[in-house]
Amino acid sequence: MDFFLDANTRWVLMGASLLGLSSGLLGSFALLRRRSLVGDALAHAALPGVCIAYLLTGTKNLGFFLAGAAVAGLLATMAISAITRHTKIKEDSALGLVLTVFFGIGIMLLTVIQKLPGGNQSGLDKFLFGQAASLVGSDVRMMTAIAAGLCLAVFLLFKEFKLLSFDPGFGAGIGLPMGFLDLVLNLLILLAVVIGLQSVGVVLMAAMLITPAIAARYWTDRLGWMAALSGLFGAGSGALGTLISQLGPRMPTGPLIVLAATLLFCVSLFFAPRRGLLARLLRILRLKRQVAREGALRAVYELAEAAGAPDAAVGADDLKRRRGIHATSALNGLTAEGLLAATRENGWRLTNKGLTEAHRLVREQRLWEVFLMHEGELGGQSVDRDGAKFPAAVRTELERLLKLHNLEPALTPLEKGGA
Amino acid sequence: MDWYASGSIIATGALVAASAGMVGCFLVLRRLALLGDAISHAVLPGIALAFLLTGSRSSLVMVLGAGALGLLTTFLVQSLQRAGVQEDAGIGVSFTALFAVGVVLVSLFAGKVDLDLDCVLYGEIAYTPWDTLTLGGFSLGPEALWIMGGIFLLNVVLISLFYKELKICAFDPAMAAAVGVNVALIHYLLMGLVSVTTVGAFESVGAILVVAMMIVPAATAYLLTERLGMMLVLAVLQGVVSSVLGYFLARWLDSSIAAAMTTVSGALFALAFLFAPRTGLVAKALALRSMRRSQEIAG
Repeated sequence: MDFFLDANTRWVLMGASLLGLSSGLLGSFALLRRRSLVGDALAHAALPGVCIAYLLTGTKNLGFFLAGAAVAGLLATMAISAITRHTKIKEDSALGLVLTVFFGIGIMLLTVIQKLPGGNQSGLDKFLFGQAASLVGSDVRMMTAIAAGLCLAVFLLFKEFKLLSFDPGFGAGIGLPMGFLDLVLNLLILLAVVIGLQSVGVVLMAAMLITPAIAARYWTDRLGWMAALSGLFGAGSGALGTLISQLGPRMPTGPLIVLAATLLFCVSLFFAPRRGLLARLLRILRLKRQVAREGALRAVYELAEAAGAPDAAVGADDLKRRRGIHATSALNGLTAEGLLAATRENGWRLTNKGLTEAHRLVREQRLWEVFLMHEGELGGQSVDRDGAKFPAAVRTELERLLKLHNLEPALTPLEKGGA
Repeated sequence: MDWYASGSIIATGALVAASAGMVGCFLVLRRLALLGDAISHAVLPGIALAFLLTGSRSSLVMVLGAGALGLLTTFLVQSLQRAGVQEDAGIGVSFTALFAVGVVLVSLFAGKVDLDLDCVLYGEIAYTPWDTLTLGGFSLGPEALWIMGGIFLLNVVLISLFYKELKICAFDPAMAAAVGVNVALIHYLLMGLVSVTTVGAFESVGAILVVAMMIVPAATAYLLTERLGMMLVLAVLQGVVSSVLGYFLARWLDSSIAAAMTTVSGALFALAFLFAPRTGLVAKALALRSMRRSQEIAG
C-alpha cells in the first residue's frame, strides 16, 4: 500500500476526512433544526462568492474564496428569510429560488472567468463537483485550522445548540440570545460548507451535511452521541471516497465521498438496532406472534367456557369458525409451552397451567372491554394505554362492573396445590 | 448578428421557460419546489444509463430513462418519509445520491458518451441551432426546438384537461379527495410532467436552468396575482422575457446563456419582490406610512 506514503495523497486524505468530520458534526444540528437543505442553498450560493473573490483578487487563494463564499452565503440566508417574512412564498420555494438564482449567477461568472486570460487555470470549475486531488498542503493546513475551530465551537456551545435544536422558545425564556445563536450556527455551517467545496463540490456539498447526520440518527437518541457519530461517519466517508477516487484517473472525488456516505446511511437504515428497518420488522413479527398466541389461548378458553368444562376438548374446526383463527403454529407453540395439550380427537384442551394463564388473559381482555364501555365515567386520561395498566381505584371499579355485566370468566383455575 | 442562431436559441429558451413555468406554478403552490429541484438532479443517472445502454442520443430513450428516474426519486422520497426520515433530509439524501451516481457514470465513461459534466449543469443551448432534425433529407430546423415544442404542447394539453383537478389539489388536497378526485394520480401526473419537462430541457439548458425556470417565474407570478389562471400566464411571460433578455446579457458578457437567463429571471423576481403592487416591499412601506399619517390626523 505505498500510496499511503505518498505525501500528496496523505494531504488529500486528511483534508477529506476533516471536512467530513466538521460537516457531519454541524449537520446533526442542521438536521434537528429541519434546516438540512439550507446547507444546499449555502453551498450553491458560495459559487458566485468564490467567483467574485477570484475576479477581485485574481488569485486562487482559499482564504479569499472563504471570505467571498461567506459573504455570498450570508446574503443568501438573508434573502431566504426576507422572502419568507415579507411575502406569501413558502420556505421551500424561497430556498429553491435563492439557490438556483445564486447558482445561475455563479455559473455565469464562472463562464466569464474561463474566457479571461489565465482563467482556465483558475481551477474554479473544480468547485462544481470537487476534486480532492487539487488540494495542496497549504489548503489542508487552513482546512485543519478551520475544522479544529468548528469542533471547538460546537464543543463550547453544545448546550446552547442543544436548546436551539429542541426548544428555542425555552432557551429564549431563560434569557439566551437565540437569534444570535441561530446566526452563529448558520455561520459555522457556512464555514463547513466552504472547506468542503474544493473536495466535494458545490452541487453535492449538501449531502455531507445531511447524509452522515441522518445515518447517525438511527443509532442513538442522544444528541451528543449523534453529533459524534455523525462526525465519525462524515470523516469515514471522506476517507473512503478519497481512497476509491485514487483508483482511477477519471474518478471525481466529490460524488464518491457522497456515495460512501450514502452507503453508510443505507447500512444504518436497514441494520441499526431498534430504529433500523430490520429491527422494526423483527419487532412487528414478534408482536404478531404474541398477538396470535394470546388470541389462540383465549379462543380455546372461551370455547371451553361455552362447553362449561375447563378440560373440554376444542377442535380445529371450532377454532376456525370462531373469528377465523388459523393459528396452527400458535397452537403448536402453546402445546410446546405446556399450556395446551393435544387430545385424541384432533383437538386441544387447556392444561392446569394453561387454564391459569388463559383465565388471566381473558379476564384482562374483558376488563378492557368494560373499560371501553365506561371510559367516560372512569376518566380515560389516567390510564396508561400503551403499558395496558389501570390505576388501582379504576381497577376495583372495573372488577365491580365486570360482575355487574356478568362477564366474569366462568372457568376459574384450581387453587394452588388443589390438583 | 445571426438571426437564425439567435432566433432558435431564444425560441428554445422561451419554450423551456414556458413549459417549466407552467408546471412550476403547481410546484410552488403545493410546496413541492424542492422535490422539483431533486428530480432535476436525479434524472442524470437515467440519462447517462440510457446513453450507455443504447449508445444513442435518441430523445425517446432519454425521456424514458430520465422519466423512470424522476418517478424513482418521488418514490424514494416517499418511502424514506414513511420509514421515519424527515422530509427535507429524505429529499437531500435521495437526490444527492442519485446525482452522485450520475456524475460517476458520466466521468467513468466520458470517452464513450458524448456528454460532459459542464453541459449537464448549464446545457448546450448555444449549439442548439446546429443540431438539426432532418426528415427525408429536409432540414426541419433545430431538434431541441421540436422537442421543447412537443413538451410545451403536452404541458398545455394536460394542464388544460386536468385544470380543475390540479387546481383543487393545489389548494385543498383534502377537499379534493373528499369530492372524489384521485389525488395520488394527479400527484404522479404532475411529477410525470415535471420529469418530462426536466428531461426535454436538460440537454439544451442543463439542470440549473430547468429548476430555476420552474421555481423563479412561478414565484414571481405568485407575488403579482391571486388567480391561478393569471399566475400561469404571468409565469410563462416572465420566463419568456428572462430568456430573451438573458440571451442578450450572455452575448454581452460572453457567458453561459442558460446561466444568464437564470440571472435575469432572478432579477425580475427581485423587482417583483420590491415593487409589486400591494404586496411589494415598497407598496407595503407606503401603505404603512399613509396609515400612520391618517392615524395621526385622526388622533
